[in-house]
Amino acid sequence: MDRHARWLPEMVVADECFDATGVAALLQPIVERHRRDSLRLLQILREAQDVLGYLPRTALTVIADAVGLPRARVEGVAGFYSFLHLQPVGRYRILFSDNVTDRMLGSAELMDRLCNRLWIERGKVSEDGLVSVDTTSCTGMCDQGPALLVDGRPLTRLSAERIDRIGELVRAQVAVSDWPREWFLVADNIRRRDVLLAHASAPGEAMRAAVARGRERLLQELQRSNLRGRGGAGFTTHTKWETARRAPCVDPQGGRYLVCNADEGEPGTFKDRVLLASHADLVFDGMSVAAFAIGAAQGLLYLRGEYAWLLPALTENLARRRRNGLLGVAACGQEDWSFDIDIHLGAGAYVCGEETALLESLEGRRGVPRIRPPYPAQQGYRGQPTVVNNVETLCKAALIALRGGDWFAGLGTKQSTGTKLLSVAGDVESPGIYEYPFGVAIDQVLHDCGAGNAQAVQVGGPSGSCLALHEFRRRIAFEDVPTAGAFTVFGAHRDLFEVARNFAHFFAYESCGFCTPCRVGTTLVANCMDKIAQGDGSQYDINEIFRIHRLLHAASHCGLGQTACNPLFDTLNKFRPAYERRLRSLDFAPAFDLDQSLSVARQMTGRDDPAAHFDPAGGMQPVDR
Amino acid sequence: MNPPAGQRRLRLATTSLAGCFGCHMSLLDIDERLFDLLDRVDIDRSPLTDTKHCGPCDIGLIEGGICNAENIHVLREFRQQCKVLIAIGACAINGGLPAQRNHLDLGQCLQEVYLTGPGIIGGRIPDDPELPLPLNQVHPIHEIVRIDYFVPGCPPSGDAIWKFLTDLLDGRTPRLGHPLLHFD
Amino acid sequence: MNTPTLLLDGLPVPFSAGQTIMEAATAAGVFIPHLCHHPDFKPQGSCKLCTVKANGRYVSACTMPAKDGMEVENDSPDLNDKRRTLLQMLFVEGNHFCPSCEKSGDCLLQALAYELEMLTAHFAQFYPDRPVDASHPDVLLDFNRCILCELCVRASRDVDRKNVFALSGRGIGKHLIVNAESGRLADTGFSLADKAAHVCPVGVILAKRQGFLQPIGQRRYDRQPIAMQFASLPGSGGNGPEA
Repeated sequence: MDRHARWLPEMVVADECFDATGVAALLQPIVERHRRDSLRLLQILREAQDVLGYLPRTALTVIADAVGLPRARVEGVAGFYSFLHLQPVGRYRILFSDNVTDRMLGSAELMDRLCNRLWIERGKVSEDGLVSVDTTSCTGMCDQGPALLVDGRPLTRLSAERIDRIGELVRAQVAVSDWPREWFLVADNIRRRDVLLAHASAPGEAMRAAVARGRERLLQELQRSNLRGRGGAGFTTHTKWETARRAPCVDPQGGRYLVCNADEGEPGTFKDRVLLASHADLVFDGMSVAAFAIGAAQGLLYLRGEYAWLLPALTENLARRRRNGLLGVAACGQEDWSFDIDIHLGAGAYVCGEETALLESLEGRRGVPRIRPPYPAQQGYRGQPTVVNNVETLCKAALIALRGGDWFAGLGTKQSTGTKLLSVAGDVESPGIYEYPFGVAIDQVLHDCGAGNAQAVQVGGPSGSCLALHEFRRRIAFEDVPTAGAFTVFGAHRDLFEVARNFAHFFAYESCGFCTPCRVGTTLVANCMDKIAQGDGSQYDINEIFRIHRLLHAASHCGLGQTACNPLFDTLNKFRPAYERRLRSLDFAPAFDLDQSLSVARQMTGRDDPAAHFDPAGGMQPVDR
Repeated sequence: MNPPAGQRRLRLATTSLAGCFGCHMSLLDIDERLFDLLDRVDIDRSPLTDTKHCGPCDIGLIEGGICNAENIHVLREFRQQCKVLIAIGACAINGGLPAQRNHLDLGQCLQEVYLTGPGIIGGRIPDDPELPLPLNQVHPIHEIVRIDYFVPGCPPSGDAIWKFLTDLLDGRTPRLGHPLLHFD
Repeated sequence: MNTPTLLLDGLPVPFSAGQTIMEAATAAGVFIPHLCHHPDFKPQGSCKLCTVKANGRYVSACTMPAKDGMEVENDSPDLNDKRRTLLQMLFVEGNHFCPSCEKSGDCLLQALAYELEMLTAHFAQFYPDRPVDASHPDVLLDFNRCILCELCVRASRDVDRKNVFALSGRGIGKHLIVNAESGRLADTGFSLADKAAHVCPVGVILAKRQGFLQPIGQRRYDRQPIAMQFASLPGSGGNGPEA
C-alpha cells in the first residue's frame, strides 16, 4: 500500500461507527502482511491508521487479538507515539515544525495565519472534520524552513502567500498529491564537502572491499581508524562491534542484528536526512559492512516518522540491491553469509533516538529506554547481540572499509578522527550541510556559513551546549565541543531566553514519562519558563530551575532527562540578562495569574468593580471590612 | 515558660482562610500550655481576639487554602506584617478538602448551585461587590506568597503545634518527627 | 575466595553475585527509600527514589548490580534532598489528599514523605482531572493517587497472568489504563484475589468496604517509621514487613 495515499474522506466518522467486523476486514491484509507478529506492532498500528484515519477503540481490540497481545498493551503503544491518534484527526493533518529555527523564520505567525484562514483553533479538529493544525517537534528542515508536514509530506520554505494558497487548497478539498509539486521539493543544501560527501563509489563497492579484507582485517582497520559514534555519545565503534561479535547469542537460532539509527530527532539536525536522500547506497553499504563484521544476518533501519517521505526511495533502493546480489542469500558472493535490510518507521518520539528506546520501539513497544546493563551489544534486539549505529557512523565505516583505518585516522584530531557533518541553520547566509575534519573552530564554521553577527551557537541541539562569543575559538571535537551535528546560530538580535523556552517545551513534550524526575521535572521547568515569559517570574523561579536541573542531571533514567535543562543552565549562566529583564520581583511572585484566576467568577457574576480584580503589579488593594 | 531574660515578648497573629477552623481547635488543644504560650507572646489579629487587621507581628499562622479574593488580601496582609509566616494544616499546604472542587468548572458549579439546581426558581448568582469572588481553582498559600514554615496535618495535633512553636520560640529549627509528623 | 562486599555509607555489606545494591542493602537491614521496587518483581528503576551514589556516580540501587569494593552513599543530605524533591514532584503531579484517603497510614508514598521529613509539596499543584473507576463490584480504582510505579502492571502480568493493567500516554500525560475496550475495570478479568489487587503502594487499587476496618492512627506507618521497620527485620523484603 502506498503509505502516502490518503484514506478516503468519508471514512472520518465517529468511533461508534467502526464495527468490529468491518474494522477486522479492513485490517486483515495489514496484520497478515506483518505475519501477525507482535514485534511489528508499531508498523501495524501505523498502517492501520493510514487506512482508518485514526485508531478507534475497536481497531485496537482487533489488532490486539490478531497479534496475540493484551489489548491494554496495544493501547499503551498507540498512546505513546505522537503520530498515532486515538481520537479522530482532520482529513488534512497539518503539523508545523516547531524547532527554534522555524520559529525564528516566523512559523508561529504562519500557523496563526493558516488557522485564521481555516477558521480553526490550533490543536483542534475543524467541526466538519476537514482539517487540523498543530505543531510537532523539529522535522529536520531547518535549512529550508519554516516547514510543515501535511499528511506526513514535508512542505518547506513556507511564506505567507504559500500559507494562503494552502488554506485555499484545503478548503477546496484538493488532494495533497495534486498540490504544486515544487512545494514538496527538499533541497540537500550541501555547502562543504569533505571525504564523505565528496566520495563517489558504486553501490556495493565498500561492501566488497570489506569482504575482500575479511572480518579480522576489517575490524583491525576499524580499530586503527579510531572511529567514534556520530550520534552524539561518541562511543568507540570498534569496541561496540567487537563486543557484539563476541557476545553469545541468547537464542542460538536467532542471529546478531545490525541497526541503523535514523531517528534523527535532535532539533536542528538534518544531516542524516541528506545522507538518506542522496547517499543511501553508502548508508546501506555501511550497514552491510558492519553486519559482515559482526556476523549479522538482519539489518534494520529505524527511520523517524518525520522522514516517512524518504521511505519509497529507500525501499526501491533495497529492492535494487537485492536484484544486484548485494542483499539476500549469499550477499556479495559470500556463500556463508546472507544479509538483508528491513526498514521500520517511527511515529513521532524523540526519545527513540536513544538506542535502547529505539530497540523497544523496533520490537513494537513504547519507546522507553531500557535499564543498562546489559548493553545492546550484549543483548539488544530480541535479546540478541545488536550493534546500533548512527547513519553517519555507518557511512564512515563504509569509507574505512574502502580506504583503510590509517587513512581515516589521519583526518581530524587524535581523539576525534575523521570528519563531521554539521547541520548549520539559524541566522546564517548559507544554511545547509558542512563537512569538516574534526577540530574545526566554531568561528571558522561561522565564517564559512556567513554568520555575521552571531551572539551564540547551540552546538549539538538542545541537549548540547550553548556557546557564547568568548567561546567561538573552541573546536568541534569529542574532547572539546562534541556534537551529533546540530549547529544553530543565533544573531545578536535574538532573545536567548525564548530559545531556551522553546527547548524546555521540547523536552517536556518528548519526555517518555518513565522516570519521575524527567516526567515531572521537564513540565515544572517548562511552566517556570512560561511564568517568566509572562512577566510573572522572580529570582525564586530561577533558583527553582537550577534546583530541578541538578536533580534531573543526577537522577534521570536516560540522557534525555539528564540533559533536559542544559540549554537553560547554559543560557542562565551566559545570557542571564535575557532572564532578569523579565523578572517581576527579585524575591517571589505568585505561581499563577491572580487577576486571571477571578475570570470565571467575573463572567458569571457580571462584576467588573475594583474588588473583582487584582492589580497586575501584585500590590495590595485597600480592603476595609 | 517566661521569655528568657532580655528577650522581648513576641507578637503572634493567626487566621483561617479556606479552612474549617480545625487547626485553630488543635491550637487550643495545647490546653494548659496555652498559659505558657501567652507568657511569651501577645496575640494580634486572630479569631481568638477578634481583631480585624494584622499589625506588625513576629509570627503569623495561616490555616486554610486560598479559595477567593479575600483570602488573597488577608494572606498578603499577613505576609506584609509578619516576619515569619507559617502554613498550618493540609488546606494551607496543598489546598486540602476545598481543593477537591478543582476538577470541576467553577462556572458550572455556580450555575448549578444558584440557577439550575433542584428546587431553585428565579435564582441568581450573587454579585454584590461586598462579596469576595471565588477563584477558578483553590490553591495552597505557598503559591501566592513566600512561606517560611509548614506544619502538616489535618489538623496537626496540639502536640505537634506545641512542639513546632516551642522550637521556633526557643530558636531551634522546628522539627516534627514520628509520630508528630502526619498528613492525615 | 572472600565474599564480595560493598561499602554502604561506610558499612561493609556482603552480597552474593547477581544481587543489586538494593538487594544487598535489604538483606543487611539497611533501608534505601524506594517506591517502584518490590522484591517479588523484576526491578523497574522508574521512581528514582532509590538513587544512590555508587563510586561517585548517581545510579538506581534497585537496578544496579552490586560490585565488590563498591562504595555506596545512601543516607546523605544530598541524596535525601533529591529524594524529597522527587516525592514533592509525585505529590504535585497527582491529587494526594491524605485526610480523605483510605490508604493513609498504610501508604508507602506517605511513609517516605514522613521518613524524609517532607513538610510541603513545595511546587505548584497540577490538580489533574482523573475520574475514578468504581465499576468493579469489589475494587475501586482511584487514579488520582497513581504514582506510575507499575507494580500492578507487573503483578497482573507476571503473577496473575491476566495483564489487567498497562500504561498509556507519555511524558506528563502518562497514565494507567485497564485491559478493556470500555476502559472499565469491571470489564476486565480482575479479581480481589489477584496479586495485583494487593501491591499498590498508594491508594489507587482499593478493596471496597474495607477502607476503615483499621482505624487511622493505628496503621502500619502510624506505629513505626518505615526505616525502623526495615532495621528491625532484616531480610524482610523490599517493602518491609507486611502489615
